[in-house]
Amino acid sequence: MTLAAPPTSVEKYAAAFESLSDSGTPGWLIATRLQAWANFSELGIPTARRGNELWKYTNLRPLADAGFEYGQIGPVSLDQIKSAGPWDDAWDTVVVVDGNFSAQLSSLNGTPGLTAGSLGEAIAAGTDNLESQFASLAGRENYAFTALNTAFAADGAYIGIAADTRLAIPVQVVFVTSDPTSSRATYPRLLISASPNSSLTIVESYINLSESSQLTVPVTEIFADHDSKIRHYRIQIENEKSFHIGTARVNQKAGSSFTSTSFATGASIGRNDVHTQLDEPGAECTLHGLYMTSGQQQQDQEISTTHARPNCTSHQFYKGILSGKSHAVFSGKVVVERDAQKSVANQKDLNLMLSRGARIDAKPSLEIFADDVKCAHGATAGHVDGDTLFYLRSRGVDEETAKAILIRGFADEMLDEFEPAALREFVERTTDDRIATLLAESDTLGTV
Amino acid sequence: MLEIKNLRVSVLDIDDSEILKRIDLTVKTGEVHAIMGPNGSGKSTLANVLMGRPEYVITEGDILYDGESIIDLLPEKRAHLGMFLAFQYPAEIPGVRPWQFLKAALDAKADSRGEEKMSIRDFSKLFDEKVEAVGINPQLVKRSLNEGFSGGEKKRNEMLQLEVLQPELAILDETDSGLDVDALRIVAHGVNSMRSPERSFIIVTHYQRLLNYIKPDVVHILVEGKIVKTGGPELALEVEKDGYKQYTSVGASA
Repeated sequence: MTLAAPPTSVEKYAAAFESLSDSGTPGWLIATRLQAWANFSELGIPTARRGNELWKYTNLRPLADAGFEYGQIGPVSLDQIKSAGPWDDAWDTVVVVDGNFSAQLSSLNGTPGLTAGSLGEAIAAGTDNLESQFASLAGRENYAFTALNTAFAADGAYIGIAADTRLAIPVQVVFVTSDPTSSRATYPRLLISASPNSSLTIVESYINLSESSQLTVPVTEIFADHDSKIRHYRIQIENEKSFHIGTARVNQKAGSSFTSTSFATGASIGRNDVHTQLDEPGAECTLHGLYMTSGQQQQDQEISTTHARPNCTSHQFYKGILSGKSHAVFSGKVVVERDAQKSVANQKDLNLMLSRGARIDAKPSLEIFADDVKCAHGATAGHVDGDTLFYLRSRGVDEETAKAILIRGFADEMLDEFEPAALREFVERTTDDRIATLLAESDTLGTV
Repeated sequence: MLEIKNLRVSVLDIDDSEILKRIDLTVKTGEVHAIMGPNGSGKSTLANVLMGRPEYVITEGDILYDGESIIDLLPEKRAHLGMFLAFQYPAEIPGVRPWQFLKAALDAKADSRGEEKMSIRDFSKLFDEKVEAVGINPQLVKRSLNEGFSGGEKKRNEMLQLEVLQPELAILDETDSGLDVDALRIVAHGVNSMRSPERSFIIVTHYQRLLNYIKPDVVHILVEGKIVKTGGPELALEVEKDGYKQYTSVGASA
C-alpha cells in the first residue's frame, strides 16, 4: 500500500504558492504558511461527499475543476466600492483589494482606542498578541479552506480595540474583488481583537466588481476578551459566477457577547462557516442570517457553537428564501461539553420555498454531554400559503405584488437585525432587488 | 349590482365535488342580504367564489357585477371593481404591517381605475381616523398583520380594512358559530356605520344572532348547495325557532 498522491485539485494552487515572496515576512508566519500548505496538499478541495459530514450537501466539483490565477490587482475606485456595497462616510472603513490593504481607499478617522488597518503591517510591527492569535483559531485544523487561506496569508485587515473602549460608530472592513480580465483566487484575512470590557460594531463586506468567475476564500478570526461586546455583520454579495467559501472562528472569554448577522445572497457556491467557542463562563453568542438563492446557486450555512464552560447562552437563527433550481444548506450544530452546566442553546432555521426545483437541506443538531441544560432546535420549509395569498389579493393587491409583500414580510424579521441605518438601507434595497429575481423564477408552488 | 345566475360550483381537480347546485340570487344597490344555512351548506363557498378564490371552479352559470360577467376576473380585479370579502379567519401575515398593506391595496385600486394615488400624508390621516373609528388599539396596527391578534382584534382589523377600502359590495363570511358577543358587535358596528344607499352587503352567517344587530333587507336560506327559501327579516327568526331541519333532504322526507 502506498500513500495517496496529492489530490489533483492541489496542483492548480502549487505554482502560486511557490511564487509567494518571503521577504519581510517574520519567520513564524513563514512556518505557519508552510504548515498550512502541507495540510492543504494533503486535504485537497473536498469534493468527496459520501461520508464527509462537512460537505455532504454541497457539490464543490465546479470549484475543484476550475483554475484560478493569483496575485494580480486590478484598478478600483472609491465610487465603485460605495455603489456596490453598504457605505457611510461616518464609519471608519478599511478597504482590502484582492487580499491587500489599500491605504488610499481606506478612510480612518483616528478614533481613540481603535487600531484599524493592514494585517501585514500589524504583523510586521509586532502588534501585541498577534503572533499567538494569528491562525490559532483558523488554519491549524484539518479544514482545506482555512489551510488554503493560511498558506497564502500575507495581508488583510486587522482591527484591535483597546480595553474599556466603547465605540459608538461602526467600523467597516470591505473586501473587494477587483475587475481583472481573468479568473483569480483571493484569500482575504481579517483578525479582530477585542480587549477586555470593550465594545465594537463591525461590518464585514465582500463585494465583487468583476463579472467573471472568481474564487474568494476568506478567513476571519475574532477574539472576544472578557466582558467585551461585539456586534458583527457579514455581507456577501459576490457575482453569481463566483465561489465564496468563508470561514469565521470566534473565541469568547468570560462575560463576552458576540452577535453576528449574515446577509448572503451572492456567489455560485457560497458558504458561511462560523464556529463560536464559548470558552469561559457567562459568554453569550447570537448567530443570525438571511440567505436568498436563485438560479443554480448553492448557499451553505455551516454554523456551530461549542459550550465549553458553564452558564453560557447561544442562539442560532437563520432564514432562507429559495427559488429557481437553487440549493441551500443549513447545518447547525451545538456542542455542550460535560463541564458546561446551565447552558442555554437554541437553533432555528426557517425556509421559504418559492419553486418546486429548489432544495433545502436543513440539519440542526445538538450534542449534549452536560445534564443541566436548556436546549431546543427546529427547522421548517414552507411555501407561500394559498390562503394568505388569496387574502391579500381579495383586497386588491395583484398576485406578484402579494407574493413580494409576503416574501419581504418573511425577510423583515432578519432585516430588522441590521441596525446601522446605512447598512439597513443597503440590505433592504438589495433584498427588494433580489425578491424580483426570486419571483421571476418562482412557480405556482403552494398557490393552487 | 350583483346577479348570480344558475351558478354551479365544484372544487378544483376533485370529481363529484359539486358544492353549489344552481344558485340564483340578485342583490340591488343599497340592500343588505343575509345568507343563512347549516354547516356544510355551501354558504362560505358562495362568499369565496364571489371573490374568485382559485380552488373553486364554476361549471355552469354566471356572476354579473353591474351587468358585466366577473367569473373570469382575478380576485384583485374584483376588488378593484369595488368588491370586498371579510374573512372569518383572516390570515396571519408576519412582517407585513396593516398600514403598508392597505396603502398597497388602495394604490393598486387607484392604478386600475386610472385614478391618482393617495399621498402618504393623506393616507396616514385617513388611516389614523379609521383606526380611531373602528376602535382598534393603535399599537396593534404597528405590528404584523393579524399575527397574535385575538379573535376580536382580527374582526376589528377586518372592519378597519372595510372602512379604508370603502367597497361598493361587501361580503362578510361569518359562517362560524364561534363569534362571541364582542365580535358580533364589532362586525355589526362596522356594517351599520358603512350602510348606505350606494353600498350593498352580503352577510353569510349560521346563526340569527348577528341579525339582531344588523337588520337585513332580504334573507336567503341555503341548504345543500341550493337556496331553498327567500324572504324578509322574519325568515331569520323562523330559522332561529325551528332550525334548518325542515329544509334538508333528510328532514323533509322524515
